[in-house]
Amino acid sequence: MSSTPVRVFVPRDSCALSVGANAVADTIAAEAARRGSAVQIVRNGSRGMLWLETLVEVQTAQGRVAYGPVNPGDVPGLFDAGFLSGAAHALGHGLTDALPYLARQERLTFARVGITDPLSLDDYQAHEGYVGLRKALAMEPSAAVQALIDSGLRGRGGAAFPTGIKWRTVLGEKDPIKYVVCNADEGDSGTFSDRMVMEGDPYVLIEGMTIAGVVCGAEQGYIYLRSEYPDAELALVEAIVRARAAGFLGPNVLGSGKRFELEVRRGAGAYICGEETSLLESLEGKRGMVRFRPPLPAIQGLFGKPTVINNVMSLASVPVIYARGAQAYRDYGMGRSRGTLPFQLAGNIRHGGLVEKAFGLTLRELLYDFGGGSASGRPIRAVQLGGPLGAYVPESQFDTPLDYEAFAAIGAMIGHGGMVVFDDQADLGHMARYAMEFCAIESCGKCTPCRIGSTRGVEVIDRIRAGQDRDANVHLLRDLCDTMVAGSLCALGGMAPYPVLSILNHFPQDLGLAPASARDSHQKAA
Amino acid sequence: MFFDPHPPLRGCALQGFFALLQEDQMAQDSAVAAAIELHAHRPGGLLPLLHEIQDRMGYVPPESVPVIAKAMHLSIAEVHGVISFYHHYRTTAPGRHVLRVCVAEACQSMGAMALMAHAQKSLGVDVHETSSDGAVTLEPVYCLGNCACSPAVMVDNTLVGRVDAARLDALVTQCREAA
Repeated sequence: MSSTPVRVFVPRDSCALSVGANAVADTIAAEAARRGSAVQIVRNGSRGMLWLETLVEVQTAQGRVAYGPVNPGDVPGLFDAGFLSGAAHALGHGLTDALPYLARQERLTFARVGITDPLSLDDYQAHEGYVGLRKALAMEPSAAVQALIDSGLRGRGGAAFPTGIKWRTVLGEKDPIKYVVCNADEGDSGTFSDRMVMEGDPYVLIEGMTIAGVVCGAEQGYIYLRSEYPDAELALVEAIVRARAAGFLGPNVLGSGKRFELEVRRGAGAYICGEETSLLESLEGKRGMVRFRPPLPAIQGLFGKPTVINNVMSLASVPVIYARGAQAYRDYGMGRSRGTLPFQLAGNIRHGGLVEKAFGLTLRELLYDFGGGSASGRPIRAVQLGGPLGAYVPESQFDTPLDYEAFAAIGAMIGHGGMVVFDDQADLGHMARYAMEFCAIESCGKCTPCRIGSTRGVEVIDRIRAGQDRDANVHLLRDLCDTMVAGSLCALGGMAPYPVLSILNHFPQDLGLAPASARDSHQKAA
Repeated sequence: MFFDPHPPLRGCALQGFFALLQEDQMAQDSAVAAAIELHAHRPGGLLPLLHEIQDRMGYVPPESVPVIAKAMHLSIAEVHGVISFYHHYRTTAPGRHVLRVCVAEACQSMGAMALMAHAQKSLGVDVHETSSDGAVTLEPVYCLGNCACSPAVMVDNTLVGRVDAARLDALVTQCREAA
């Protein structure tokens, strides 16, 4: 037996942990000890092929060889088959990088996730880590901001506002105290890319925030992390300690003379705190009530100070933009949607997981070429894009290219890139009701259309589903949706009608309506 | 004769009961004091302070509200308002374990509502309630970020994916057997 230990990768991503990765790692260690085999187990992030979790990889001379999904009971058989030298096994998939699901992706933001040990600064730097910060520190702040604008990066949280414009506004403010805030309140169902990056490559977020701080002149950053992500919190807190000890954070970032400190703050289970002004209120220790705008957070944000507030994916995309240059990032994508987006395939999908691709591929390619169709094997009937406030897209629109403007044109949104797949057994009438009920539960209560409208919405949908005076109630529901869209203070009340309207328009039979009657009342309402 | 067969024993039990009450009160006081010490001075420290108390005690006791308010120079209404705004904070003690079942859309597409109904039936509780043996409090949760391995649940801080009724029953059994 060779004395050089074989490197075996077992993810520490919480998705892998949720299907037994810790037990798999322990069993491999015990079995190796029993057989006298030398192994070094690395707890990496997830490669994003979540249907294969727990995905175990073995380092061989040819590259990393994948086995999955592995359960503890499979481990002795893997040893018997010689998996430590990459031998064939029923759970074997060959070289990980050659798997079509990964080989067809364009990973920029997720370049390191699953490859490296998430907490190893050496690993991070060996894979292009902290190249971006060094380049940003060498630039004039105004040039650095211009580079971000030139990259075309738009807010990945959902609103798709150009990130560089936010930074330019903050840079232009003269206040000596400024903040960088990361919105890590990833509350949309069907989204988990923020979590995967925070657990699988926390330094990329830390580096992105540090760049924002040194460029815009902020010395304090906060990561507002949802309370549902305890594993991400542990990873981030540990990574911050290590980055600070190594001089990447603290009073003198990389010897530049610039200070940047970072702290994780835990949310408390309020969906509305994903809205940026509500998040700022929450960070200040208050109820997460949405603020009126103006003033913009870039001018009066946290504690009334100029604040850069960006989503995890936006900030995690910043280092590669500085490392490789704005043009290199801009070369990906289509139209006004530049760069790549980490799409997330979720719900009733055979090959659920993370797919980072340039904008422009179609929903159908994502669902079938990557996703492999539904998990149940039944026809895919609808896909909800962009979280609970996103439209349910019917099969007839699956050929729409994934681009912010193209989806806006069909009354839908890409949002944070999460896709929740439903098969033909789904009761979308129930989902329409759920959208309004969710809005009622999560409304901050500040504006009337959202606070009252959502409750009235549940009642009207109940009446429609019960067959009461359908035409009049459909008319009323459309009228209510119109009021909420036009009159709400933020996107919660302003967009909760989209899933409802999409079901009314594309799946009226689920509300007990004939296709024609929904259309007629639409015309009456119009 | 008023029945009191074992007066000395009864005395002991009462003493023990009061001692326990006193211990509870002391534990609560020290959790609140520690939380204030650690967080009251921090900018926007109220949420971290409340987390500290709930992490230590499982909930935020209503009696602690005036103490927190005083330490943070806030009104009682402001502190109460924050506690009641956020779904995460509890004002009553949970069971020994908290089982959170995700009811967001991705989990619903894979049968989360049926799983939740099963949990309610097998625990004999509605949502937000605790099983009669005190082992499990059932809570709905809106997304655990495990949407490609739906349905998902969380037991205390441990995420579990691809959960069906049998898996859920096994988790509940573990909760009941654990102290």
